[in-house]
Amino acid sequence: MNDVMIFSVISLGAIGIAAAVILYFVAQKFKVIEDPKIDEVEEALPAANCGGCGFPGCRNFAEATVKSANESKHIEGLNCPVGGNDVMTTVAAILGLEVEESKPLIAVIRCNGSRENSPQKVEYDGPATCAFAHNLYSGEGGCQYGCLGLGDCVAACQFDAIHMDPVTGLPVVNDKCVACGACVKACPRDIIELRFKGPKDKRIFVSCVNKERGGPAKKNCAVACIGCGLCEKECKFDAITIINNLAYIDYEKCKLCRKCVPVCPTNAIHELHFPPKKEKPVKPEAAVKEEKPELPASKEETDKGGVPPEDAKPGNQQA
Amino acid sequence: MGILKTFSLGGVHPPENKLSADQAIEVLPLPKQAFIPLNQNLGAPGVAQVQKGDVIKVGQLLAKGEAFISSNVHSPVSGKVLKIDNVMDPSGYRRPAVVVNVDGDEWVDGIDRTDTLVKEIKLSQKEIVEKIHQLGIVGLGGATFPSHVKLMVPEGKTADVLIINGVECEPYLTADHRLMIEKGDEILVGTTILMKGLGVERAIIGIENNKPDAIKNMTELAGKFKGIEVCPLKVKYPQGGEKQLIKATIRREVPSGKLPIEVGAVVNNVGTAFAVYQAVQKNKPLIERVVTITGKSVAKPGNFMVRIGTPIRELIEKAGGLPEDSGKMIGGGPMMGKALLSMDTPVVKGSSGILILRESESKRVDVKNCIRCARCVSVCPMGLEAVLLAQLAEMEMWEESEQENVMDCIECGSCHYTCPSGRPLLDYIRLGKSKVGQIIRNRGKK
Repeated sequence: MNDVMIFSVISLGAIGIAAAVILYFVAQKFKVIEDPKIDEVEEALPAANCGGCGFPGCRNFAEATVKSANESKHIEGLNCPVGGNDVMTTVAAILGLEVEESKPLIAVIRCNGSRENSPQKVEYDGPATCAFAHNLYSGEGGCQYGCLGLGDCVAACQFDAIHMDPVTGLPVVNDKCVACGACVKACPRDIIELRFKGPKDKRIFVSCVNKERGGPAKKNCAVACIGCGLCEKECKFDAITIINNLAYIDYEKCKLCRKCVPVCPTNAIHELHFPPKKEKPVKPEAAVKEEKPELPASKEETDKGGVPPEDAKPGNQQA
Repeated sequence: MGILKTFSLGGVHPPENKLSADQAIEVLPLPKQAFIPLNQNLGAPGVAQVQKGDVIKVGQLLAKGEAFISSNVHSPVSGKVLKIDNVMDPSGYRRPAVVVNVDGDEWVDGIDRTDTLVKEIKLSQKEIVEKIHQLGIVGLGGATFPSHVKLMVPEGKTADVLIINGVECEPYLTADHRLMIEKGDEILVGTTILMKGLGVERAIIGIENNKPDAIKNMTELAGKFKGIEVCPLKVKYPQGGEKQLIKATIRREVPSGKLPIEVGAVVNNVGTAFAVYQAVQKNKPLIERVVTITGKSVAKPGNFMVRIGTPIRELIEKAGGLPEDSGKMIGGGPMMGKALLSMDTPVVKGSSGILILRESESKRVDVKNCIRCARCVSVCPMGLEAVLLAQLAEMEMWEESEQENVMDCIECGSCHYTCPSGRPLLDYIRLGKSKVGQIIRNRGKK
């Protein structure tokens, strides 16, 4: 009995030692030399694995940055949208480089076809995915470019940053958005765009993607861009272009002057997080028109620069 | 009659509801305004050949199909072109269409409008294909595949049989049925023309057994034509699918992802055969078709010869107006048709019927959990696993969907129809098909 035990211990021990020796040499022979910086960079990343940087996960992004730093001494074009400037500065410090400060982006919903603005014409009772509904028909409100309101963007978001507003039936982006771009890819109608977050979250954008001519666009939605071109004329910075009956504000050129907002006849241009506008003298004719029926006597006063009534402001903007 | 032929795999038998089977084809009066979509075929859209303000005649070319899989569109009405604008078509989207203010009924010269039967075929094989191409004939079974493309057999392949589809397996629809009773001779001449165009000696007309009068009529008439036989088929949906019809009539199976020409067969609808007859023998482009207007609450269900571009509102009014309990308007049959968004949607080359469902019939049942009964698998005529494909699409697993042959789905809806839990199987499979199709097309570009 004892012999058997001793024999087993010795033989198993010998096999173990032999295997260890083989494994040691194999490990030496096939050693993968990995830059320790990859681990450091990965450690600094948010570990969301969201794919917003264009790589499948944070590890791949770390590998790419280290490779780029080693080979070409810069990490331009590589950006972690979730971490933003802080993380990118840390990553650059690990790699002994410097990064330019990038402006943070945020997802913007370019459709305002709420139930009020674009009333329901038909009823959809199929599966609740935009991707399918998009293949099937133009939409409950009739706009074939607008939001279908079935929430593919909400399902795609990993950061709890986008929700459906039950009243308007449109998605709303909140502060948690890290601009990973998952919703942009999920939207079958290309409504969502990543734009500059802007100083103090101030943003101006055209909240419409309808490429139809003015008449049909307006027929289906009260706040559709009709491609009239007034904003294009108003813009001093050449930031607004009209392509296919649709105005687009280039967020890199836009100086957030807000001149385009009041000229839009359909209120399709949105301003977000701006302080309320100061009372601004309105064109005299407009003021006169408003006042005429009630106070014909005050015409002179108005012409001299009197304060026009509140509701004579052109366009009643909503955030 | 003995044992009737049918296809072997899967299939369902929904209630037939052929309400308008006894109604003779009536000619619908001309509309006041016609909306003629520029793209009425599978494939590339046509290029407009008229401008705003042009005065056009019936039969004039409106849009030219320039791509290979593309087809011409001719004016079905005469009058003045009001505009070329986006109009809601049966796809649910607004697409470019020619809007015509109808004025009188003036035809271009050279079209024979009489009813006399012309049996003698003067044109050669090449001329027949060219004529079918020029006069805008597309498959009238619903898929609107340009007919001339079907007649051009690719190199290395040979066709030995032409199959004419008179199955009309969709419930409610009776357009082809009436056509076979009333225009039997014309269909048979059209079949002979197609046989000549294709260079085959044999043609089979497949008709389901629920149309005994059509089978009788066609069999009697076919005796006078060489090489055409009528094949009665057991009633089973979706026998009108071309792959199912080939299996049912000549016992050949089209391989996955291939066209029927692979097994030497070409399938055309009876409506197409009639249109081919009119084009080749009478020089008449495809400007009108038979449309069934039906529904359980519709006062006067019927079959009408309708000019393309007529708003369906006119059809519905002719059939006694929209019933009060209407829930859904469907373009096509109840199994494969698509809900229409507006009464102003025009009739297009692919419209075989307008079905008005009652509100009680049009509601979807509540979706419950899958109980793994595998009924969807057993009824699939293509031998696919519908439950798996739907799940893969729901989970956005497109590569796996492709491996499971989602592209072979013919979208007949048998799985969806048979599901006891009311799961939207076909909806998800369609989503999978469109996504996988996109992936395959992109792959081709690279």
